[in-house]
Amino acid sequence: MSRDESPLAMPSDEADPSASASGVSAPHVDATDRHGLHDQAFLSALRTQMIKFAQLHLGDRHLAEDAVQEALAGAWSGAQRFGGRAAIKTWVFAILKNKVADLLRHKQRVVDASSLMKDDEEQAMSDLFDERGHWLQDSKPTAWHCPEASLEQQQFWAVLEVCLDGMPAAQARVFMMREFMGFETDEICSTVSVSSSNLFVLLHRARLRLRECLNQRWFAQAA
Amino acid sequence: MLKLNCEQATRMMSESQERKLGTAERTVLRMHTWICSGCRNFGGQLGFIRQAMRGFATHADEGDGAAGGNDKSPPPGGV
Repeated sequence: MSRDESPLAMPSDEADPSASASGVSAPHVDATDRHGLHDQAFLSALRTQMIKFAQLHLGDRHLAEDAVQEALAGAWSGAQRFGGRAAIKTWVFAILKNKVADLLRHKQRVVDASSLMKDDEEQAMSDLFDERGHWLQDSKPTAWHCPEASLEQQQFWAVLEVCLDGMPAAQARVFMMREFMGFETDEICSTVSVSSSNLFVLLHRARLRLRECLNQRWFAQAA
Repeated sequence: MLKLNCEQATRMMSESQERKLGTAERTVLRMHTWICSGCRNFGGQLGFIRQAMRGFATHADEGDGAAGGNDKSPPPGGV
């Protein structure tokens, strides 16, 4: 690895121009195995995860497959720079994330804002707060013990995924755009056609919901 | 809005992740979290949720161990 830049600094699918496009003229021919791009099992597992991820965001199997194909091709041409499978995986996902973000920006999906907002709004709030807007006894957040330690546990990521899957689709979409893809709020507003105050409401609900879910399925279990 | 309830306070904390709150907003929010442990906890947990979401792409679905359990790379975006 000649450089020490973050994978996210890669400009979407543009691999290092000094790396050969085919990857075969690299100085370390035997090194390609380390990052697993010759290992069929590793590749197909990686591909499955990537497609699942892309499809979650794009809602379209064909678009997702195309994006994954391009991301893998980009990864292939820059693979010599990476030391191992964990690093290559981080990197291909960073490429894929950029690609999906680009596609989302151009898609301009028109979403009916009023149906977005209706999305179980009453239920979500009366579950958590009383009529004066104070926490109900059972939903008042209690302290989480060492939450950062959870990030080291594989099981935590599975729980997070379950919680995200359980979110109403409209909330999940804007929340994922914001927190996962890293869109700015005005980009989200123009992409899904909601006002910024409606977006704030949706994000607030999504966070309340996700916090509650993580609490019930993870932090309260550990306590 | 001199006195916030918990719903308003959590909404304001959520919004602070999208925009910079004004001085008056920060003041009423601080007054609320001073006396409300639930909202205080909520505020801290929001920061954790953001951190977890940034690490989500590289960690989700690694249960098959294909990438090894020992990922040296930090989550994209760091902490």
